[in-house]
Amino acid sequence: MTADAPGTDGAPLLVLDGVTKSFGAVAALRGVHLALHAGEAHALVGENGAGKSTLVKILAGAHPPDSGEMTLDGQPLRLRGPADARAAGIAVIYQEPTLFPDLSVAENIFMGRQPLRGLRRIDSAAMNRDAERLFQRLGVRIDPTRPARGLSIADQQLVEIAKAISFDARVLVMDEPTAALSGVEVERLFAVARSLCERGAAVLFISHRFDEVFDLCHRVTVLRDGAWVSSDPAADLTVDEVVRRMVGRDVSSLYPKQVAELRDTLLEVRGLTRAGVFTDVSFSVRGGEIVALAGLVGAGRSEVARAVFGIDRYDAGEVRVAGRGVPAGRPGRAIAAGMALVPEDRRQQGLVMELSVERNATLARRRALSRLGLLLGGAERAEARSWTRRLQVKAARLNAPVATLSGGNQQKVVLAKWLATEPRILIIDEPTRGIDVGTKSEVHRLLSELAGEGLAILMISSELPEVLGMADRVLVMHEGRLVRELSRAEADETSIMYAATGQGVTA
Amino acid sequence: MSRTDTGAPERPTGTEPTEPDRQRRSLTERLLAVRELSLLIALGLLVLVTTVRNDRFLSGQSVKDLLLGCAILVILAVGQTLVIVTRNVDLSVGSILGLVAFATGTLFLSAPGTPWPVALVVGVALGALCGVINGGLIAVARVPALVITLGTLYAFRGVDYYWASGRQINAADMPSSFLRLGNQTVLGVPVLFLVALVVVAAVGFYLRSYHSGRELYAIGSEPAAARLSGIPVGRRVFAVFVANGALAGLAGVLYAARFGTLDAAAGTGLELQVVAAAVVGGVAIFGGSGSAYGAALGAVLLTTIGSSLAVLRIDPFWQQAVVGALILAAIGLDRLLALRVAARLRGRSAHGA
Repeated sequence: MTADAPGTDGAPLLVLDGVTKSFGAVAALRGVHLALHAGEAHALVGENGAGKSTLVKILAGAHPPDSGEMTLDGQPLRLRGPADARAAGIAVIYQEPTLFPDLSVAENIFMGRQPLRGLRRIDSAAMNRDAERLFQRLGVRIDPTRPARGLSIADQQLVEIAKAISFDARVLVMDEPTAALSGVEVERLFAVARSLCERGAAVLFISHRFDEVFDLCHRVTVLRDGAWVSSDPAADLTVDEVVRRMVGRDVSSLYPKQVAELRDTLLEVRGLTRAGVFTDVSFSVRGGEIVALAGLVGAGRSEVARAVFGIDRYDAGEVRVAGRGVPAGRPGRAIAAGMALVPEDRRQQGLVMELSVERNATLARRRALSRLGLLLGGAERAEARSWTRRLQVKAARLNAPVATLSGGNQQKVVLAKWLATEPRILIIDEPTRGIDVGTKSEVHRLLSELAGEGLAILMISSELPEVLGMADRVLVMHEGRLVRELSRAEADETSIMYAATGQGVTA
Repeated sequence: MSRTDTGAPERPTGTEPTEPDRQRRSLTERLLAVRELSLLIALGLLVLVTTVRNDRFLSGQSVKDLLLGCAILVILAVGQTLVIVTRNVDLSVGSILGLVAFATGTLFLSAPGTPWPVALVVGVALGALCGVINGGLIAVARVPALVITLGTLYAFRGVDYYWASGRQINAADMPSSFLRLGNQTVLGVPVLFLVALVVVAAVGFYLRSYHSGRELYAIGSEPAAARLSGIPVGRRVFAVFVANGALAGLAGVLYAARFGTLDAAAGTGLELQVVAAAVVGGVAIFGGSGSAYGAALGAVLLTTIGSSLAVLRIDPFWQQAVVGALILAAIGLDRLLALRVAARLRGRSAHGA
């Protein structure tokens, strides 16, 4: 699997030397070194909060470094803003998509660089054509003339990728571009990245998925707590070694699955159908059980979860909690029945980023905590403190805005918010998306513990190791249908991928 | 590992052939067209109903009055569109108009021989200066434009009152060549309206077809993303306030030419009509969408409602209520269109495994 490093004797294309950056009292980067060579893919790994995203922002020109040197082709590089970075040939795919929802997909890709015709007017036809060509190169079909609003996260990510490759950049920075993509799309992206490398570009790739890191990259740099740890050829490293350097300790077990005794059926879904989205989905989850919903991105897993929870309506079927029907389209009733949903996109659906940790943690419990309709700070704070302690949320203060927390800790706050409602059924969508290894195993341990306490857990995950490690049963969806149910013993990477790609299903 | 698969333009299997060269209007543009069409239909219905009740409504003089009446609002609404599209708002336009109108009168009073084009340039420049103050304060203070321009609304008006100190300027104080500008027609169409048309066409064309015009939409749609894309957000927003100030200045000069009688209260309360016209015209108040054409149609519609209710001898109270209902209907329509589009786009994902 490991890609061998090509000759890297030449001078590096882009060098960062001793770069530091602080936000207030917090040192995000402490003397980081990085050398990107032309024609090489370079991985940057580290736990969340290790400073990867800050480094990306510095390369993108969004943050100026406090000190340190940057050179491009041996010339000193000073970036006063994102426009400078673009002019220097640095293209960035951000972790969180940065699209303009009101504008068309093509305009999103070419903003500020739209092809022109006479009188310096924008040539929309040419722009749409160019966008279509980019999508063909990526092997996806997105209408370039549709507005970006309403694109799924994966599609948004693809638009970001199309934008970045449209630059013909000398340096391509990818901050977790694959988190929302399916296997085929990742392969396409890597093919494009490799072809950029072959043309002499340098690629900086950030990912929590080690198989991808070792698949694509020639060299791996590890960051820990804002400091540079090591840079080595990928061929000299193993996954275990990289993980050890990232966390500074051995991660005993990533998937601490305990066997819990199975109790009564808590969640029962019969013949759930939403026209054009999913069809005839039936399954049940018992107390103490973790059931994984696997499948490719776009197979309709999140949509099923949203319908079960009552956010979206469905056209046919029923949802029962502990034998009693739950009305469609009423999240309030679903919560009252004991359901909780931790959504996939915590920024948009799970958290109010500007509000404090404690406010967010108690958001779903406002009613129960209020006296005479007033929400008193004391009860809120006590509740928030007990849950954030149990989940080991690392926040400077409980009244700090959630936006200031790292991704892993944000996810814990979402969990705290829902666990505070004392649910019987927990639906969790991509529980560890974009979360570092250490926090990941904490989340996994917690899920396992909760199941042990009798909770029924429905987990949607695109990470096969997570599905295999955590689930008692695996349900596989393909194009809106439940095509396969696998017991823990039957489930392995092959059997899941086989079903998820629609093979072995009546053709 | 398929090293040779460099993603060359060969088409991946499994996708239907696309027709990139097919001329088609973008979905995003079609939406705008639907929105503008709905305004035209509403306008047509209004004119039709009023004419059936009173056939003098479509007489030459009446139409001329209508076009004359809406010209100034159209110019202001188009200027406001530039601002609202960037997720800002300028509440000071009524005060700028008043200040410039009074300045124009004073100019003619103190230098009677001034040719009108000079007065026009001076007025536009004064409006732009007010815009510079607005834009500068917003850039420096980093406070929402709503608050800043609420402040300058009173500040500019205060300057106006201080300057006028109770005086009134009459038509007799201004040269007739200038006043003719306000009433003259070309082939039956008032010059004022023609000026408004030129402004609409220029701004509409700019917003649609130029890099910086599209960047205004990007800024309003997602300011953080705009910054990351290297768009000079601060500079663009500043320029937009200057342009809107200049257009308000132009409107002020035209106001002076049209009404002749000026005091310090000219244009009071106009800013809310302007914002209403833009919103009715489909300019989203949170930025990122809407067109100059729509805003202009919104201004025409609001003016027409005013005169049609007068023709129908309906209590002025109802005029306020109708404008209110219209704003709510416009917002409802926008929401409905958004939902329809969302429903159509659902399931049109690029993924199908």
